[in-house]
Amino acid sequence: MSQNAKTTELKVKNEAVTRTEPMNGADLFIETLKNENVEVMFGYPGGAVLPLYDALYKNPIRHILARHEQAAIHAAEGYARVSGKPGVVLATSGPGATNLVTGIADAMMDSLPLVIFTGQVATGVIGSDAFQEADVIGITMPITKHNYQVRSMEDLPRIVHEAFHIATTGRPGPVLIDIPKDIATTMGNAEFVDELNLPGYQPNFKPNSLQVKKLRGALAKAKKPVILAGAGVLFAKASEELLEFVGKMQIPVVNTLLGLGGFPADHPLFLGMGGMHGTYAANTALYEADLLINIGARFDDRLTGNLAHFAPNATVAHIDIDPAEIGKNVPTHIPIVADAREALKKILSLDFEAPQADEWRQKVQKDKEENPLWNTEDGEGISPQSLMRIIHNVTNGDAVVTTDVGQHQMWTAQYYGFNKPDQWVTSGGLGTMGFGFPSAIGAQIAKPDKTVVAVAGDAGFQMTLQELGLVAELKLPVKIVIYNNQALGMVRQWQETFYEERYSQSLIPVQPDFVKLADAYGIRGYVVTTEEEAEKVMRETLTDNEPVLIDCRIKSKEMVYPMIAPGKGLHEMIGVKPQ
Amino acid sequence: MRRIVTATVLNQSGVLNRIAGLFTRRQFNIESITVGATETEGVSKMTFVVQVEDDRTVEQVVKQLHKQIDVLKVSDITEQAIVTRELALIKVMTTPQTRAEINVIIEPFRATIIDVARDSVTIQVVGNFEKIEAMIELLRPYGIKEVARTGQTAIKRGSQRFVSESKQVSILN
Repeated sequence: MSQNAKTTELKVKNEAVTRTEPMNGADLFIETLKNENVEVMFGYPGGAVLPLYDALYKNPIRHILARHEQAAIHAAEGYARVSGKPGVVLATSGPGATNLVTGIADAMMDSLPLVIFTGQVATGVIGSDAFQEADVIGITMPITKHNYQVRSMEDLPRIVHEAFHIATTGRPGPVLIDIPKDIATTMGNAEFVDELNLPGYQPNFKPNSLQVKKLRGALAKAKKPVILAGAGVLFAKASEELLEFVGKMQIPVVNTLLGLGGFPADHPLFLGMGGMHGTYAANTALYEADLLINIGARFDDRLTGNLAHFAPNATVAHIDIDPAEIGKNVPTHIPIVADAREALKKILSLDFEAPQADEWRQKVQKDKEENPLWNTEDGEGISPQSLMRIIHNVTNGDAVVTTDVGQHQMWTAQYYGFNKPDQWVTSGGLGTMGFGFPSAIGAQIAKPDKTVVAVAGDAGFQMTLQELGLVAELKLPVKIVIYNNQALGMVRQWQETFYEERYSQSLIPVQPDFVKLADAYGIRGYVVTTEEEAEKVMRETLTDNEPVLIDCRIKSKEMVYPMIAPGKGLHEMIGVKPQ
Repeated sequence: MRRIVTATVLNQSGVLNRIAGLFTRRQFNIESITVGATETEGVSKMTFVVQVEDDRTVEQVVKQLHKQIDVLKVSDITEQAIVTRELALIKVMTTPQTRAEINVIIEPFRATIIDVARDSVTIQVVGNFEKIEAMIELLRPYGIKEVARTGQTAIKRGSQRFVSESKQVSILN
């Protein structure tokens, strides 16, 4: 996000105050959205938002009618993730708002910019347990970057303007605005003021020169440096700067799950994803490093494993726009509170001396060559890993790929090979089943000309499959690939590994006929049981302009490897070599 | 360890809820919170006394508070030159014999009796945490019926010159 450009623009516009014609709060709401250049919103109507929807009817902004509020917000997340613009969501009070909760928490964890509008019962009855009343402000306080309840119609322009600013700047996140029904019907004049008055919200973009100098010193001394690049690189649009920095310094790079695409997967210095299902080379490099430069990652527990064994010999430098992430999990020697792009630009401008790390580079290269990802050759069904390679080949590695959480997510992360930013939409922090399909819809709306592949497990897909209706209605060419192992694959994997194969409630023997289900919505459906079939169907359907659902029968007992057991360190991987 | 953290906040609706929720969610133990108006209209000051395990936790408390949009400034002032005060109301059982004794005990604390009943008195005392604790201990043998305390509020001394190396948790590097 070009933070600085935004600030300057705001300063220039400072003086402008526009007074509106008399109108009601609902019409004013539409005006505020237009003022923020909102092109599309995702929502679902209901009683408390009837005035807002009536205003939308008279003065349209593109509105995507999901079949469930959860899908609306996941679609908005997918839209925000690939477009870099805030996703806008509108839902009614009570159940409409509570159905958004998973998506709000998901966006909070993965720092996605959303502005969410919820209806509320009229101000006079708030607190009386009125029909469809829920304390949405209270419920969403811990899972939003900020939230507002509009108490007066005149405040609406200011609140909406602040909300968009807060959602999209600094560390992005969801901001919710609760609008009581009577506010939407109140008539009045309102003022649009471009100036923002947020004394408590002043994110710092520029790196501190003293800390940058410390990093320079650490780099000059380092023998085993490694870069951990997270989603912050993507949000800051810093991947070119990162590539240039790596080119100059020749430091190996590890991505976090959410950081994939921020650095090209086919780069010789790329070691893969780190963490619980990361590559041997990536995890070993993190473990053995003497200098760890974290750029925009938050040292999530799925990445670090047991903190006591995390990068035990490393000087840790951490570049993050959110000061609260620095030192939260891992003691940090060089804290740099800054936008990743600003920090890298500053560093590049100073012509740092590259570390003397020939030996280290050879070592990590050897680790990478000798310990590639592997998969079993035998067994009935499609190899899920080979399936992801097929998807990569058919889409030239250029598709936007979305997933839920679990085994299929890890295989996608391991095997798709993301070379460019903003291709990868997944639920990382919250780990939300049912995220992949609706987020693909949002991604497709943001990028109508791109191939968008929703990879879903058979169980996760059934959590939000009602959105087939939306895909059919909008004729969106979303490609749904179901990794069907008739189980909650990752739960099953843990039960096999840590619970002596007691598969408690993780096997799903009865499933719908997914092909018929697609057919019911007028969408093409295929079931494939071999890799040859899968490749043939995918070549025919993944790159055309129609939606498709492909039910892929994968090996039901395949495991995601390597793996780090809970409580273990990054050096304690299991399943590094074929078994 | 016990740390005293102050925050100036905008008087937006729900700000106390927001901050109390943050403490619960992040598992920060609060001993007391006080909130009150400041010299600036629309701005309140909160004083938190927190029990934390290590420096890293108090650093997180400060940073997480600072991250809130309605929070203007946060400081861990434990090791600065500060004045802390708390007000306590203590209802003590009395008999005609003990009433005079209690008067003598509370006098050095500059406490006052603000309510008298047939078998109890209510004492008001203002001071720092230790002073109030000390007075409660002295009164305990007489039988304490009820204690109401405000929690500590704090302010930095006008002059910070003679303070030993003050411990600061920096927000920006």
